[in-house]
Amino acid sequence: MSKLPLEGVRVLEMTVVWAGPYCTSFLADLGAEVIRVESLASFAPLTRGVRAHPTAASIATQPVFMGGYPDRQPGDRPWNRCPIFNPHARNKLSMTLDLSQPNGLEIFKDLVKVSDIFVENNVVDRMDKLGIDYAMLKELREDIIMLRMPAYGTTGPYRDYRALGVHIEGVIGHTLLRGYTDMDASANNAVYVADAAGGSHGAFAVLAALHHRRRTGKGQYIELGQAEDAMPMMGQFFMDYTMNGRNAATTGNRHPTALQGCYPCKGNERQGHDRWVCITINSDEEWRSFSSALGRPDWTGDPRFAHAPGRLEHHDEIDAHISRWTEQMNNFQVMRTLQAAGVAAGPVMDQRDAYNDPHLKERGMFQEFSQEDTGTHLYPRAPYTMSETPPDIRRGPVRLGEDNEYVYRTVLGYSEEDYARLEAEGHISMDYPEHFE
Amino acid sequence: MPDGALSHIRVLDFTTQIAGPYCTKLLADYGAGVIKVERPGAGDAARGLGPFPGDIPHPEKSGLFLHLNTNKRSITLDLKSKAGQKIAKQLAAEVDLVVENFRPGVMDRLGLGLGALQESNPRLVMTSISNFGQTGPYRDFKSSDILVYSMGGEMHSTGLSDREPVKLGANVVLYQAGSVAAVGSAGALFLSQDDGPGQHVDVSIMETQTGSVDRRMSALVGYQYTGELSARIPFGAAGYPIGVYPCEDGYFEVTGGLIYFPRVVRMLGDPPELLEPRWYTPESQTDPELKEEFEAHFLSWTIQRSKAEAWRAAQESDVLSGPLNTMEDVANDQQFIGRGAFAQIDHPVAGSLKYPGRPFVMTESPWEIRRPAPLLGQHNGEILQELGYGPGDQVRLRAQGVI
Repeated sequence: MSKLPLEGVRVLEMTVVWAGPYCTSFLADLGAEVIRVESLASFAPLTRGVRAHPTAASIATQPVFMGGYPDRQPGDRPWNRCPIFNPHARNKLSMTLDLSQPNGLEIFKDLVKVSDIFVENNVVDRMDKLGIDYAMLKELREDIIMLRMPAYGTTGPYRDYRALGVHIEGVIGHTLLRGYTDMDASANNAVYVADAAGGSHGAFAVLAALHHRRRTGKGQYIELGQAEDAMPMMGQFFMDYTMNGRNAATTGNRHPTALQGCYPCKGNERQGHDRWVCITINSDEEWRSFSSALGRPDWTGDPRFAHAPGRLEHHDEIDAHISRWTEQMNNFQVMRTLQAAGVAAGPVMDQRDAYNDPHLKERGMFQEFSQEDTGTHLYPRAPYTMSETPPDIRRGPVRLGEDNEYVYRTVLGYSEEDYARLEAEGHISMDYPEHFE
Repeated sequence: MPDGALSHIRVLDFTTQIAGPYCTKLLADYGAGVIKVERPGAGDAARGLGPFPGDIPHPEKSGLFLHLNTNKRSITLDLKSKAGQKIAKQLAAEVDLVVENFRPGVMDRLGLGLGALQESNPRLVMTSISNFGQTGPYRDFKSSDILVYSMGGEMHSTGLSDREPVKLGANVVLYQAGSVAAVGSAGALFLSQDDGPGQHVDVSIMETQTGSVDRRMSALVGYQYTGELSARIPFGAAGYPIGVYPCEDGYFEVTGGLIYFPRVVRMLGDPPELLEPRWYTPESQTDPELKEEFEAHFLSWTIQRSKAEAWRAAQESDVLSGPLNTMEDVANDQQFIGRGAFAQIDHPVAGSLKYPGRPFVMTESPWEIRRPAPLLGQHNGEILQELGYGPGDQVRLRAQGVI
């Protein structure tokens, strides 16, 4: 087997929440040595948990993606157990330092000298206060690549604005393009597409800069404003405005030209059995296949439904018919029946469905890893595969400070005495201070 | 003018619609030389999808196509013909990367599978983008934007508990898949360009959601840790204020509960009734009566302000927030205009229009529009000439319907 594409590339990251850590997870999957530089001076909210020391009671009230710590218990080291952090912490290393102490920054500078890339996605003034900018990094390492991923960039009236992905989606117009058509926008709950986009685009940016550096010898500064980054994903809606002055509205689950919806399935009437299937019928041919798959019930022969314009005009009526059929069926059964006839259909898969799914199983989408503070579990791998250098999980979610000894002694070459001194000064630890909430 | 970051990379692009073309757009806009292969006659299906100026369909005026195909050259090839396949093979011998989004198996049937192409180009990378990947029992299933999200992503927790789950807007899941494909491609190229092997990058659009940081991975791992399924209870447990609130002229979104609550009180001007200790007990943020009392107070504040004013006031107190903008708001926003986030691009048929611009700024190897989206087959002549086909050959190929 070949070496991994980014073997020999060292990445430092001071990333928070989702967009930044997701970016570096792509680099780690590709074989880079990604070191999380984690300050013990403060706890970054929503990164290794909402809080450093949550109570079981506060965890209990959070949705499972956030408060789903093993058995809903914070444990001794909650920061190693939180599901908002662990999935993207695969294949990474973690070291600690205390950036509130003057020599904390010196340790960071020593690390920069032996690194290729620095990635951060904090509010702009955090780096300003630390004195970290591209000029500083470049002085330490001439060909460094720096990626900053603030919400709106480091210039302009919004430079210091605070945002999570959900707010960025509002600002770039995505929120008004989704949600139920019969309810107002306040029924929209939070989604975080901008975090996902920031992560993949950020990783692509770093890779592009590495290609460029290999050709020219030059590093560079990259600025990814997360709002600007996600804006191209609004493409056709932005173009509709610039071409026609039109502000599109949500179409819910519907499609501009196909018959499409999300329909209830058998079991839905019972509490806790939330079963749905989605169907898209693109053409008259697919409509006829759909009709055959259902055994040609009378209603599918209605001439008003034979062609696309008629189906769109009578969408509600057709939906009612389809629901009466799907309600008698299991959601996977609907998928198999319709896909066999060449019609796009698939269940709304909850987590249990995903882990049991034969397709994802065969493709190795989940890989088992152990970590001392959480036990052994199945984690999603990278969102793509490669034939020669598969981006597998080589290491489970990294614990805070797990690699201190390697980073300080091997990467930085500090002596045993230095290490002991820095430990006594509070730079080196696997625990956040007790007084952090 | 400095080079683009990827100006040494040559790409042969067989993709259509959204995910594939977005992948190759990212490569092209940062410098790669991309040849887009289109079907003679109709070309990329995106040419038939809107928006169109005045809603009048025209294959050279699709806003979707124009946006997704900047910096590419177009050649038309009938890949079902032997001559077309031969030209495609000759082109593939000269490139570093092939990107395709046919149904799995089609490239092999056309004689254009990775194995065949590597015979003359051993370090070739091929990126295949498909609904469900190149292997597995769903390999040949049909898909759509909503299915990607329902089968791959967190659709089952998007929406309201007493309603059906609801999908995302704007085909964002397909754009996301395209950006993931660009990551895999650039990673594989970094190795092949360093005397490493060529290889096949397999992008299952479904998996780009399953492996997405937008709640899906966390929900999956949270289920592993607890056995609990996520539900469509949007904001119930994250304290208050949270979610979308009406303003004088639209809507405004706030994440202001739990640890952020004191910032919101500051934003409201520290009214004495909100400084009372009852708002700051460990249970206060989960108390429905307190929430109701607070929201009455909060709504009377938001409804008196425009979304822009509310946003500005919130940011002065460091409150995580944002307005719900329309495309008109976005296109006229002084922050984005001032930073050069849009591009004005002149196209020979569609004219000069404002497009979404660079996703990120590279200071040494800038994003650049070198050419607008191509006309169908616009570069047939020059690309064939590069391969050594003279004017006579070209007349013959045209007559045979190959190009």
